[in-house]
Amino acid sequence: MSDQTLIEIKDLTFLRGERKIFDGISLKIPKGKVTAIMGPSGTGKTTLLKLIAGQLKPDSGEIWVEGENVHKLARKKLYGLRRKMGMLFQSGALLTDLNVFDNVAFPLREHTKLPEEIINSLVDMKLQAVGLRGAKNLMPSQLSGGMSRRVALARGIALDPEMIFYDEPFVGQDPITMGVLVELISKLNHSLGLTSVVVSHDVNEVLSIADYVCVISEGKIIAEGSKEEILQGESEYVNQFVKGLPDGPVPFHYPVKPYLSESDGAVN
Amino acid sequence: MGLLIKTMQKRSIKLNGLIGLLQKTGHNSLQILASVGRGAMFIMSLLPALPYSFWRFDLLVKQIYVAGVLSLPIILTAGLFVGMVMSLQGYNVLVDYNSEEAVGSMTALSLLRELGPVISALLFAGRAGSALTAEIGLMRSTEQISALEMMAIDPLKHIYAPRFSAGLITLPLLTLLFIALGIIGGYMVAVGWLGVDEGAFWSQMNSHVDWREDVVNGIIKSVAFAILISMIALFQGFNAIPTSEGVSNATTKTVVHSSLGVLGLDFVLTAVMF
Ligand SMILES: Nc1ncnc2c1ncn2[C@@H]1O[C@H](COP(=O)(O)OP(=O)(O)OP(=O)(O)O)[C@@H](O)[C@H]1O
Ligand SMILES: [Mg+2]
Repeated sequence: MSDQTLIEIKDLTFLRGERKIFDGISLKIPKGKVTAIMGPSGTGKTTLLKLIAGQLKPDSGEIWVEGENVHKLARKKLYGLRRKMGMLFQSGALLTDLNVFDNVAFPLREHTKLPEEIINSLVDMKLQAVGLRGAKNLMPSQLSGGMSRRVALARGIALDPEMIFYDEPFVGQDPITMGVLVELISKLNHSLGLTSVVVSHDVNEVLSIADYVCVISEGKIIAEGSKEEILQGESEYVNQFVKGLPDGPVPFHYPVKPYLSESDGAVN
Repeated sequence: MGLLIKTMQKRSIKLNGLIGLLQKTGHNSLQILASVGRGAMFIMSLLPALPYSFWRFDLLVKQIYVAGVLSLPIILTAGLFVGMVMSLQGYNVLVDYNSEEAVGSMTALSLLRELGPVISALLFAGRAGSALTAEIGLMRSTEQISALEMMAIDPLKHIYAPRFSAGLITLPLLTLLFIALGIIGGYMVAVGWLGVDEGAFWSQMNSHVDWREDVVNGIIKSVAFAILISMIALFQGFNAIPTSEGVSNATTKTVVHSSLGVLGLDFVLTAVMF
């Protein structure tokens, strides 16, 4: 593994029941760069992030992070590795019994022995960065979806992780917030040298910050390369996805038998 | 000819029904076996995390408040009324034999040996056990447990262990309070209302209640019930399908399984103890 690669996925296969979500994919995620993972809804982008973080086990293949095989790590080591990871869940996943401030302070309080004043100012800083310092006394149930996700982002960066996984960070954000988030992600990445993995459907936003792009469809990687390579669109798939055309090789439907054969089944 | 075909069809329908039934039974037993296996695995993984709940006292205290303090009103009220009813019924029987002073010892003994531990456990299962299952099931369905794992915080230590230990601590205490209130209720009815001699009421109770035989056995029972209910409630939350329907099913299961479990275990323990 070269110095430039932080996460390496080798020949990964993962099944949900009978369905192959990933069919032998390999991917290298470069260190200190923003890697975008795109693909139609339901292809397994969230699943991929959970596999990388060791929350799901692959059926075959390996995932290496910082030179360690994630799924061979003992529990303690895995938790050690996760302390270097920040994850922004698609749903936000805030702890509902804590208010916004305590949610962001939570990882700091659990993992550091910092005095309360320092935690205060750190949390204020992170909340300021996502524009929600004024909302710190609200409970999660009082937040909108977009706000929850921004609080979750503040929580994800609270411990200054080495790598951050963003699952759909732009969903439900207005254009202004979206712009701020795009800037925040790229600033975190370039000024702090973080490695970021961004899963997103918002092609324009994600392409504006990504260094490296990977498009997944039907369990395979159908295109990968630098942003420029992707944008030149040598592949029909990418072209369709990036331009958002309904017709083309990327399927819009969840795998299903054609209408005719299904109604055949009903007759028998 | 047509008749023959008809009877054959009928038979095959019957046969199909039988096979279907067999299939269903087999499927259900396999599922039960699988969930027992998952339960055992869950308990095995929870055990090593338990000592942690005493190290993180803040988490434990919060859960003791949720499971214990919030259950106080129902336990205290129920205890008082059960004691009052016991005393009233006991008096009506005993007075025919001119031994109504024994009502104190009768109330105390039945509360200590049976009613205290069992009724407290049933109320606890309904009040605290169901809440536990629903809470954990919802935490899973909203990915809060996943988020904890991602923040390198072990949910076994942080979520499950303090809740289990809190149940283990609070149910025996609640049981003792239930019994105490029951005895007070019994006293109020017998002495205050029905005119049983106060001195005789207490001295009878004093001479018939044995510390080891009655009090300790009652506490042992309630500890056993606490373990049973907490395990069932936590496992059902852990095992719930993370949807609203799944969580509501799991909550129901917690109440049903723990209530039946408590009654069954009570019989076994009683047979062994007394
Ligand atoms: N718990 C589960 N059990 C069974 N199948 C699941 C489960 N979670 C996800 N799946 C299946 O795995 C596939 C990938 O899901 P995933 O959430 O990774 O998609 P995604 O690419 O993140 O989609 P989206 O862009 O809509 O978030 C989906 O088709 C879904 O049906
Ligand atoms: Mg997703």
